[in-house]
Amino acid sequence: MSKKSEIAAAQSERVDLTRALRDAGLAALLAFALFLPLIGFWARNVGEGLLLVTRWDALALVVLIVAAARLFYTLVAQPWLKRQRARRTEIAPPWRTALAKWFIPFAIGFVVVYPLIAIAGAGMRGSIKWVDNFGIQILIYVMLGFGLNIVVGLAGLLDLGYVAFYAVGAYSYALLAKTFGLTFWILLPLAGVLASFWGVLLGFPVLRLRGDYLAIVTLAFGEIIRIVIVNWVDLTNGYAGITSIPRPTFFGIPFNADDNGFAAVFGLEFTPLHRTLFLYYIILGLALLTAWVTVRLRRLPVGRAWEALREDEIACRSLGINTTNTKLTAFAMGAMFAGFAGSFFAARQGFISPESFTFIESATILSIVVLGGMGSQVGVAIAAIVMIGGTEIMRELDFLKEIFGADFDPTKYRMLLFGFCMVLIMVWRPRGLIATRRPSVFLKERKTISADLVKEGHG
Amino acid sequence: MTELRDTVLRVEHLTMRFGGLVAVDDLSFDVARGGITALIGPNGAGKTTVFNCITGFYNASEGRLALLHGDPALWNLLDALTAGGSRSLRQGNSALFLLERMPDYLVTQQARVARTFQNIRLFPGMTVLENLMVAQHNALMVASGFTVLGILGFPSYARAERAAIEKARSWLDRIGLTARADDPAGDLPYGAQRRLEVARAMCTDPVLLCLDEPAAGLNPRESAELNALLLDIRNDFGTSILLIEHDMSVVMEISDHIVVLDYGVKIADGTPQEVRNDPAVIAAYLGVQDEEVEKAQAEVGL
Ligand SMILES: Nc1ncnc2c1ncn2[C@@H]1O[C@H](COP(=O)(O)OP(=O)(O)OP(=O)(O)O)[C@@H](O)[C@H]1O
Ligand SMILES: [Mg+2]
Repeated sequence: MSKKSEIAAAQSERVDLTRALRDAGLAALLAFALFLPLIGFWARNVGEGLLLVTRWDALALVVLIVAAARLFYTLVAQPWLKRQRARRTEIAPPWRTALAKWFIPFAIGFVVVYPLIAIAGAGMRGSIKWVDNFGIQILIYVMLGFGLNIVVGLAGLLDLGYVAFYAVGAYSYALLAKTFGLTFWILLPLAGVLASFWGVLLGFPVLRLRGDYLAIVTLAFGEIIRIVIVNWVDLTNGYAGITSIPRPTFFGIPFNADDNGFAAVFGLEFTPLHRTLFLYYIILGLALLTAWVTVRLRRLPVGRAWEALREDEIACRSLGINTTNTKLTAFAMGAMFAGFAGSFFAARQGFISPESFTFIESATILSIVVLGGMGSQVGVAIAAIVMIGGTEIMRELDFLKEIFGADFDPTKYRMLLFGFCMVLIMVWRPRGLIATRRPSVFLKERKTISADLVKEGHG
Repeated sequence: MTELRDTVLRVEHLTMRFGGLVAVDDLSFDVARGGITALIGPNGAGKTTVFNCITGFYNASEGRLALLHGDPALWNLLDALTAGGSRSLRQGNSALFLLERMPDYLVTQQARVARTFQNIRLFPGMTVLENLMVAQHNALMVASGFTVLGILGFPSYARAERAAIEKARSWLDRIGLTARADDPAGDLPYGAQRRLEVARAMCTDPVLLCLDEPAAGLNPRESAELNALLLDIRNDFGTSILLIEHDMSVVMEISDHIVVLDYGVKIADGTPQEVRNDPAVIAAYLGVQDEEVEKAQAEVGL
């Protein structure tokens, strides 16, 4: 290397340093402007009035942290990322192909034995939390994510009101079970049918809409359903919700401490864990069913038509595909799975109210689909675990109280974490965790298709 | 003019207005069965608009677009069909369709008119094979029992799917893309995308194939390959072809019949020989182009 180029390299390094300092300064300024009203001033209730407290030390700390992080990013992280990118080779390393091959069987095996691991780790009493809050809660969202994935990921129709179908499923179960005393296994398919009926009903008016317009109308639809539930007090009991919804039974044997309860009949000691396990395996079965049906649908003409619709609607019409029916089946199919999930939700909670079906739920499910990678089931499952599991795990972080004081509540920072994850993933992988597309049919070998070619749909 | 006996499509008094603009003005012509008819004209003459009317993408402002399957005797019932309110009339294996009354997807599904687009419209994120499978949607939909039997894994669907793959493969052999069957369509070179779009349209089993400038942007070798492909389609499948083309060498070489449009009005209609010598055509279209070619050649020193 000649002396000249060395000097040039050293110079560019120096230029980098000034640039990094300038960037850090800008970031600090931005942080100051942003956090001045958020952290700098604190309005406290004191007796009758408000007391404005200033917190300059906290503000300075946050601004310093932001500046330092920005400096670290430009000086260390960015060059490192660049080098990594340059080093990335065309051929995937062998561990990666092996991972791709064994991941799904391993993951399914893991979720099947997960409750046993939880029992072994946390004991009979302690495991309920792990099976219920983590297992069941996450699986509900996995299932909702799979369902919405059909509409958004495959057919490319942006649906912001998906929670409406979840609500229809939940209220169908609750009302029919309480009024007619029908059992869970009859009402589960019925709730699915009712939800898909509403899916078609939503589908009709929005067929001609695209993009932003479609998103807004579906958003409105979600709100309409919720507001109807809130206001139709005679039927739904409004904000108070529906209580003591019948719980699912084990082929007619209830899970309670009675003489004819599950524990007594099978000669076991009564524990609420029995019901939790039963519910866990029901939702696991439902989620796997959703995944299996989706995999099959993708290989059928409807599934291919959905994807073709996402790629180019006009070309679809020129090939004799009835795009109206194709869109409606996508809405109906997605809504059906939301209906299943909703009726399961009602059966699990025993109590439902409109609070559970707000727009934020739709947004959560949609962000699971987007973060996971539209169209990818594995991606959606991982995203659901991270997003829902992440918020649940925040409840467990008691050690933070020792750092930030006893009144620190980590769950309050849920949305902050949510947003942070979202920004990170969108920077790192703009098309979601798993953005590649697997062809539905192949002649010689199945090659995955890179995300750059796959369209996101136009609405 | 071809005799009615051999006609597959009749365009009668077709007019298409966009607000004040008359894109197609009282256009009438016939497309011969099993022949290659070319529709030519300068930029903005209204050629693509005619295609959009035939394939149901636009609702024609005025005019009648009639398509026949099978027995030419059915042409005698055309006026009766028009007077009645329905879209089509069937007699045994023969049928008569009024395309202007049908939505776009039914024009392909029932009247079996397939088309390609001036700006290629493939499904870029799907493989070459998948593109051809989507084109067989309606047949496969029936075979899958409208999804129900397919979900349950009935063997009849698996058989139908294998047959569809075979058909796609035979088209890939024909267009020389078998080796790239599992690559995304968006990765293909331009010329291959054009050929794939033609093959995809043919996978819908059309009676009439409408091609909007299939040779645009092709080099001479690719253009010659395309000519061969179109002649193959006509000879092996008996599919009638309606072709929009700017490249005169393609038009003169393969078409049996040429219709010339200018500002939405038909200015000539006949065999390539007749059209080539038609003074109106030379003035409106060919003459200008030849002069331009000569001028350009002089400039580069040929
Ligand atoms: N949807 C539309 N709305 C308004 N005007 C249109 C529409 N489609 C076509 N036109 C107009 O109709 C006229 C004919 O257009 P057309 O696309 O049919 O021409 P063309 O012969 O296919 O030209 P080219 O050789 O450039 O493809 C043009 O003036 C065009 O601007
Ligand atoms: Mg055109």
